[in-house]
Amino acid sequence: MDWSDNPEQAKFRQEVRAFIQTKLPERYRPKAGESAEGGEGFSGGWQADRKSTDPERVATATAWANALAERGWIAPAWPKEYGGAGLSTIEQFIYNQEMAEAAAPSVGGMGVSMLGPTLIVHGSPEQKQEHLSRILSGEVAWAQGYSEPGAGSDLASLQTRAVRDGDEYVINGQKIWTSGAHFADWLFALVRTDPEAPKHRGISFMIMDIKTPGLTVRPIIDMGWNHPFNETFFEDVRVPAKNLIGEENRGWYVGMTLLDFERSGIAGAISYRRAMGETIDFLKNSGKNFRRQDFNSTRLEMADRAIETEVLFNFSFRIVTIQSRGLVPNYEASVNKTFGSELHQRMSRTQTKAWGLFGNVWDGKSKYAPMQAAHVHDYVGSVPHSIFSGSNEIQRNVIATRGLGLPRG
Amino acid sequence: MNEQQELLKNSAREFLENECPESHVRDMEEDEKGYSPVLWQKMAEQGWHGLLVPEQYGGAGFDFIDQMVLVEELGRALVPGPYMSSVFGGAIPIIEAGSDAQKQEFLPKIAAGEVIFSLALTEPSARFDEAGIQAKATVSGNDVTISGTKLFVSDAHVADYLVVAARSGKGVTLAIVPTKQAGVKTTVLQTIARDKQCEVVLDNAKGQLLGTDGGGWAALGPVIQKYTVAECAYLVGLAQMDFEIAVDYAKERVQFGRPIGSFQAIQHKCADMVTDVDGSRFIMFKAAWSIASGQPANDTSIAVNMAKAWCSEATRRVVAHGQQIHGGIGFTKDYKIQLFYRRQKRAELAFGDADFHRELVAQQLGL
Repeated sequence: MDWSDNPEQAKFRQEVRAFIQTKLPERYRPKAGESAEGGEGFSGGWQADRKSTDPERVATATAWANALAERGWIAPAWPKEYGGAGLSTIEQFIYNQEMAEAAAPSVGGMGVSMLGPTLIVHGSPEQKQEHLSRILSGEVAWAQGYSEPGAGSDLASLQTRAVRDGDEYVINGQKIWTSGAHFADWLFALVRTDPEAPKHRGISFMIMDIKTPGLTVRPIIDMGWNHPFNETFFEDVRVPAKNLIGEENRGWYVGMTLLDFERSGIAGAISYRRAMGETIDFLKNSGKNFRRQDFNSTRLEMADRAIETEVLFNFSFRIVTIQSRGLVPNYEASVNKTFGSELHQRMSRTQTKAWGLFGNVWDGKSKYAPMQAAHVHDYVGSVPHSIFSGSNEIQRNVIATRGLGLPRG
Repeated sequence: MNEQQELLKNSAREFLENECPESHVRDMEEDEKGYSPVLWQKMAEQGWHGLLVPEQYGGAGFDFIDQMVLVEELGRALVPGPYMSSVFGGAIPIIEAGSDAQKQEFLPKIAAGEVIFSLALTEPSARFDEAGIQAKATVSGNDVTISGTKLFVSDAHVADYLVVAARSGKGVTLAIVPTKQAGVKTTVLQTIARDKQCEVVLDNAKGQLLGTDGGGWAALGPVIQKYTVAECAYLVGLAQMDFEIAVDYAKERVQFGRPIGSFQAIQHKCADMVTDVDGSRFIMFKAAWSIASGQPANDTSIAVNMAKAWCSEATRRVVAHGQQIHGGIGFTKDYKIQLFYRRQKRAELAFGDADFHRELVAQQLGL
C-alpha cells in the first residue's frame, strides 16, 4: 500500500514536469484568477484549435503537437515499434496526472486514444502503415461513429447497413453524437453487415475518409449552445473493402478492445482538485465580492467535494494498480465512471452555488462573471457526463451483474 | 496489500468465523461484561493486543497499516469487547506519551491481555476538542488527583485502568487512573449498539501522570488520529459484511417469480453500496498509510479528517441500503443485518461524525 512514487517513478514525474514547464505554449497555461476550465478548452481544445480560422490558435496547436511528437509523447500508451512512447501503465498514469495538473490539452484525440490502439491489435500491416503515422504526425484527426438514433445504451442494436459490392462496401444509415466529426478527417464506425445474425455478431468495424461522397455531417447544438457533436448521414457511401478492420461480423469485439491501455480516468480527479484549489483561491482574493453572503453551507459542501475528489483519485489509482499487475479491470472501471461523472455534476453545482446570483452569468467575458463563468458552463456541460460512454444506469447494471454476480433481469 | 497483511487478514477472518459467530455477538449484547474473557485471551494469544506494541515491550512491532487490516476484520465480525479501548485508548497513549518505566510496566500486560485499558476523553459537553476537557486535575510530582465526569467512556466497567484527560492549571493533562478505587464510579449506559459506554464519575481519583503536566492535548493528537482511523477501519469491515449479506440475500430472495437481485432497482443499490464500501476502504488506508509512512503533519491531518468524514456517511448509506434490500425481515431482531445497522451509528459518532470532520477539512482547505 503506497501512495508515493518509487525513485524511478519520481524521476519520470520530474521529466514530465520539466517538459511541460519548458514546452507548453503560453496560451495553454491557466492564468492566475482564471479557471483552466473556462478558457480555450471549452471550445473544443486542441482538435478545434488546429482547424481554427484564427492563425494564432492554429500555431499554438501545432507548436504543442510538435513538442510532444519530438519527445515521442503524442501516444504515451502505444508500443514503441508503432511510434508510441511505450510507457508502462504506471508511467502513463503519471504522465496523464501531470498533464492534467497543468491543464495541458491532449493531442491526437480519438486517433490516439481509440483508433490507434484498435489498429495496433486488429489492423493489417497495410492498415497500420497507412494510418498510424498520420495520427502521430497530427495530420489526420478521427471521429467515432457508434451511436445511432435507435441505438444508444443498446448499442448492439445498431442498424446502419453495409453491403458488400465487389471491392467496396455500400453504407446507408445514420449515426448520432459523432463528437468532433466537424474537426475530423476520418471516421471509424460500427456498421451492420449481417442483419440475420444475433445482434452482436452481425457488426463490422470500418474506417472511411469523412469526405467520402454520400457522407454528410450536420451539427447538433447542445444545451450550452456549443457544437461538440453531430449527426452523420450515410447515403450510398462507398468504402473500399480494405477499410474493414478485423474480420467481417466481428466488429463488436474489435470495438471493445482497448484493454491494455491506461484507463484510470485520472485526469478527472486531478482537474477537480485543481479547479477546487483555484476556486478557493479566487474566493479569498480577487473574487471576494462574488461570494454569496450566506456562504457557510456552501463552504461545507465544498469540503465534501474535496473529500470526494480524493475518493475518486483512489478509484482511479485502483484501476491503474490492477492494470500494472497485468490484470483487466472488471466492474472497477464502471465504479470510476459513475462516481466521477456524478461528482463532476455535484462539483459544478456546489461551485456555482458559491456565487449566488452571479451563478446566472453565462458570458465569460462579462465583468459580472466569476472565473469566466466556468462553473456555470460546467453546470450545463456536466449534464451529459452521466449519459455518454455508457449511461450510469448501464454502468450500475454492469457493476451489479458482472461485478457482484447478481442475476441479469 | 503485502504478503504479511494478506496472511494477517486471512488468519483473522478464519479465527473470527470460528470464535466470534453471530450467536456470540448476540450473547454479548445481553451480557453484563459485554465480552468473553475466554475469547479475549485467545485474541491475545494471536498476538493481536500487542500488534503495534514494540517487540521490546512484548508486542509484535507491526505497523499501523497492518493494524488497520486487523481492525477491518474485527469490524466485519462485529467483535464485541474492549479491544479498541485497550489498544487505541491504552497501548497507544502509553507508546506516544509514556515514560520508559510506564512502557515497561503496562505495555507487556496490555499485549498479553492481562490488563484492560480505556480512554476517558469526552464529558457531558460531548465535545471532541480541547475545550471539552473540563475535569479537574491536581498534579503533584508524578501523582495526579482528578475530579469530574467523563462520559461515553467505552468499556470503563471492565477496564483496569483509564487514561483520563483532565485540566490542571497548566492545561490538559493525562493520567493513568486505576479503576478499582473509591474515587471512581462507573455506570454503564444502554446504547444503540448495545456496547458498553459508560459514565465515569471521578471524585478525587488518584492516578499517575502520563506525559507532562499541561502536555496532554499535544500528546492526544496522534492518539486521536489513530483511534479515528481505527474507527474508520472498523466501519469498513462492518459495511463490507453488511453489503455482502445484502447481495447474497438479493440473489436468494424470490418475488414475482425471480430473485429480487435481478431487478435494477435493487441492482443499482448494490452498485452504490460497493462504490461506498470500496471508497471507504481506500480513503481509510490512505490515512493509515499517511500515518504509517510519516507523511507531513498537515497532509496526515487532512487525510484523517477526510477519511472519517467520508467513512461516516458512506457506511451509513451502505447499512441503510442493507436494511431496505432486506425488506420486513431486516427489521426483526432475529435477522442479522440489524446488528450492523445499529453498530454503524456508534462508530459513525465516535471521534466526530461527518459534520465534525468536514468542518475541519474546510478549515484546512482555507475555506
